[in-house]
Amino acid sequence: MKKNKLRWHGGLRGGRWLAAAALCLAVAGCATGPGAHPQDPLEPYNRAMTQFNDGVDKVVMTPVATVYKNVLPWPVRAGIGNFFANLGDLWSFVNNVLQARGQAAADSLARFGINSFIGIGGLFDVASEANIPRHKQDFGLTLGHWGVPTGPYLVLPLFGPSTLRDTVALPADTWGDLAWHARPVSTRNSLYGLRVVDRRASLLGVTGVRDAAALDPYTFTRDVYLGVRGDAADKAGSDDDGKLPEDD
Amino acid sequence: MAHMDWKMDRRALLRTAGALGASAGLARAWAAGEAPDALVGRLSSEVLDAVRKDPQIKAGDVHRIVALVDKIILPHLDFKRMTAASVGPGWRKATPEQQQRLQDEFKQLLVRTYAGALAEVSDLTIVVKPLRAAPADTDVLVRTEVRGRGDPIQLDYRLAQKPGEAWKIYNINVMGVWLVETYRSQFAAEINAKGVDGLIEALVARNKANAAGK
Repeated sequence: MKKNKLRWHGGLRGGRWLAAAALCLAVAGCATGPGAHPQDPLEPYNRAMTQFNDGVDKVVMTPVATVYKNVLPWPVRAGIGNFFANLGDLWSFVNNVLQARGQAAADSLARFGINSFIGIGGLFDVASEANIPRHKQDFGLTLGHWGVPTGPYLVLPLFGPSTLRDTVALPADTWGDLAWHARPVSTRNSLYGLRVVDRRASLLGVTGVRDAAALDPYTFTRDVYLGVRGDAADKAGSDDDGKLPEDD
Repeated sequence: MAHMDWKMDRRALLRTAGALGASAGLARAWAAGEAPDALVGRLSSEVLDAVRKDPQIKAGDVHRIVALVDKIILPHLDFKRMTAASVGPGWRKATPEQQQRLQDEFKQLLVRTYAGALAEVSDLTIVVKPLRAAPADTDVLVRTEVRGRGDPIQLDYRLAQKPGEAWKIYNINVMGVWLVETYRSQFAAEINAKGVDGLIEALVARNKANAAGK
């Protein structure tokens, strides 16, 4: 699983959800007190929205994704996953350029070209076989690279974990997604639906492990999300990563 | 990219060792001086080989995986340090008994989680990336990549070596998130609310729920 998979791109218009999120924020209080996480002032709202999302996930997404996983053999699901990942490589290319990451941009463009043509529309990930690594990027991470702080943690309806910065980036990320431009609209919506189910199916094992590992799944998810999307993630790669003082 | 596939290296090494007729004693002596990246590569392939060969594990028997992890991985973890760092400032204030219980319960939680993750996977290979460290370093980062279905998964290890001892793992990074850092905030919430005993209780409850769930 890579960073972006923690966030769902649902099948609804970004703008409408932004408005809904703003409304939720306006009515939600702010968390204070000694236990409050500095990056999570909206914890009461976030916890309520997480509960709502988990409910939808349990009643709708998990059953649908489980059937999907049981019915479709792995090679078919692999092809579907590759197809959508290939669409993402093009937007990763744009964002790697915006972040002036030369090698990553070149790799992303090469991946998109190779997989689109030799990999038959992206169904086969030929580029990975050829050891051209994927460098996933999106506009939220680009804003971060430009110095925009993540802002508060924000759980969006249906989309799940996000931050204020990533929410602001959502319209750009929606536009940069090739599936968004698919026409007629019914085709686009089918693509969205298929992608959401395929992603959820690929994460079925992950959520189980998360629930076994966490004392509090809400804070666990939040901290992991902020860890992979935050400022530290942009600077990661030092040989001192994860080092602890000797006398800890 | 100059990746080393330790599975292959280990096979070659075993052949060489066999040809030389290396005794068990010699093998142990070699293991004590084992480089940190070699150690991580060896442990990774031992676990994957064992998972591959064990039909009970393939059938989803978590107890078997727990036993496997206990045997192969745990001797190479500095578990006291991992627990102390995850508990944070509360560690020094805890009694030796509390410290022992924290270690035992945390160990159980992590092994269970790791076993659960292993049970989810099949057909994996682990690639150890070239080590960027000076020979005199006593604290290094070993980066690996788990390749299987879907995108590769980043799995990094922080290892330290005390004079005259073997390298030991004391922190692990899964997909960009450090384990000690993650548990530090999980634990802090419990300690702030209910003290060290409250944290122990929460760990016990989590472990019980995990054991009942599988």
